[in-house]
Amino acid sequence: MSNTSSTDVTKPVIELRRIYDVFWRYAIYFFGAVSFVILLLIALFILREGYPAFEKIGIWQFISGQRWDVADSAFGILPMIIGSLYVTVGALVLSVPLGIFSAIFLTDVAPKKVRKIIRPAVELLVGIPSVVYGLVGMLMLVPAIQQIGQGSGDSILAASIVLAVMVLPTIVSITEDSILAVPNAYREGALALGSTRWQMIWNVVLPAARSGIIASIALGMGRAIGETMAMIMVIGNSIIIPDSIFSSARTLTGTLALELKYATGIHWNALFATGVVLFIFILILNSFGILLLRGKTK
Amino acid sequence: MILINQTMKRMAGVIAAAALVFVTIVTGCAPAPASEPTQSIELSGTINEAGSTSVQPLAELMATAFTQKHPKVTINISGGGSSAGVKATAAGTVILGAASRDIKISEADIIPICIARDGVAMVVNQANPLTDITIEQVAKIYAGEITNWKEVGGDDAPITVVSREEGSGTREVFEEYVTGRYNKKIKADALFFDSNGAVRTKVTAEKNSIGYVSFGYIEGLKALTVGGVAPTIENGQNGKYPIVRRLYFLSKSTPTGAVREFIEFCRSPEGQKIAQDEGYIPIVLK
Repeated sequence: MSNTSSTDVTKPVIELRRIYDVFWRYAIYFFGAVSFVILLLIALFILREGYPAFEKIGIWQFISGQRWDVADSAFGILPMIIGSLYVTVGALVLSVPLGIFSAIFLTDVAPKKVRKIIRPAVELLVGIPSVVYGLVGMLMLVPAIQQIGQGSGDSILAASIVLAVMVLPTIVSITEDSILAVPNAYREGALALGSTRWQMIWNVVLPAARSGIIASIALGMGRAIGETMAMIMVIGNSIIIPDSIFSSARTLTGTLALELKYATGIHWNALFATGVVLFIFILILNSFGILLLRGKTK
Repeated sequence: MILINQTMKRMAGVIAAAALVFVTIVTGCAPAPASEPTQSIELSGTINEAGSTSVQPLAELMATAFTQKHPKVTINISGGGSSAGVKATAAGTVILGAASRDIKISEADIIPICIARDGVAMVVNQANPLTDITIEQVAKIYAGEITNWKEVGGDDAPITVVSREEGSGTREVFEEYVTGRYNKKIKADALFFDSNGAVRTKVTAEKNSIGYVSFGYIEGLKALTVGGVAPTIENGQNGKYPIVRRLYFLSKSTPTGAVREFIEFCRSPEGQKIAQDEGYIPIVLK
């Protein structure tokens, strides 16, 4: 008797909990779907606005064309693609060694006190608006490069250095996390076998953290290729295929930021088509990075 | 096909030019006929303006002065660029647009109302000994045919050419009155920046550079005389200085009420005084 009455009391409670549970499940589905739909709408919008340019100019002509002259209706983005790639590669050449060694320093070498200061300092770099990097680059770095090189100083080199500083936090923090994820037993084992501290780091810790490090590079690359404001200020924005690191150049994002506010007609479409190319670039880089990160957790 | 295209383009150009002449005759830069002041009724309402970033600072000052006199009127000024101003006006998203270039034939359903003029000055670094330059020399420098300052009477140093981005109103007037006059194009390896301020910063920092900016941005730079004519408001007003453009408000229909009052205020001697104080060239007031 007492048994049945107790089930009678608990039954509605279970029902309520189930409804609650179902409600939240669908609510979360909904929010997940919203962010996906927003992404989809953005992609569709860019494609819709850019499509007429692909149609009128031709995809290959658009990507391989070397002239961008709006008055002449010549829309070729090869100089910008090469400019973006040069700057990105330049930034990675500078920031990858710096970032990886900083991460090693933070995890395996630095005393705790030093780590407590340097880690937040590196993370603080993310919070600085890119226009500030651009300004520092424009007023300090560009004149310095002008002194040592040829030309005006607005160059791939200036842009690469500014970008390297900007992607450094991404590379340091992800590399650091993946080095910390290497089990201590690996380190102890290596040391027990008689390797020096450096041998342990180089031959055991780094290979074990490899996929995370590569992911950090891929994500840093994504950030580098998408950076706009600071680039416009230090790269000179000439529409030429650069022939040296002292040469001025223009990036894909730079073209969009410079010209979109005034563009009409086919020029407008061509800028969105540039956006499509950029979108695909970043999509590839990010999926690459995410795949590698996933590989790490397995 | 290409030939037809070019012919069509040329025809469009001719039509555009004809339309411009017409538009200029209709709305021109002469002040509006004096209207009866309607001070008896207190003005109120909200005016949204968007468009040219060259007009924006002037429009903001004029709006501040106007709303001080008519506190019940709210004026929101925003940028976006001349073409954005035309689009927004045509679409009706703003009641008042702004453009720093003439209206194209494809935009003929918009009424442009001139509120001031703006000169474009040729500027170099303070350290540059050069004082005068001709339009032809400037055109050749921007086309890449002259690359050393000594070819125009300056030091033996390479010229760093600083230009504005595609679509900028300042660049359009520069192309029309300078490079276009000699059928030349701005070279692709010039440096491009996206505002008057950025060009000024660059020319200040780079001693061998040349750039072009609105009169209001000359401060801190050395403005060259062009063919012996100094870039001053007087020379812009009396027509001696060769590189001058008009700044417009745009309206979809004949403005009424607070909008009309605001436009008339801008074109009044009081509004024009604000323009002149900011380095713009006032429209001619008879």
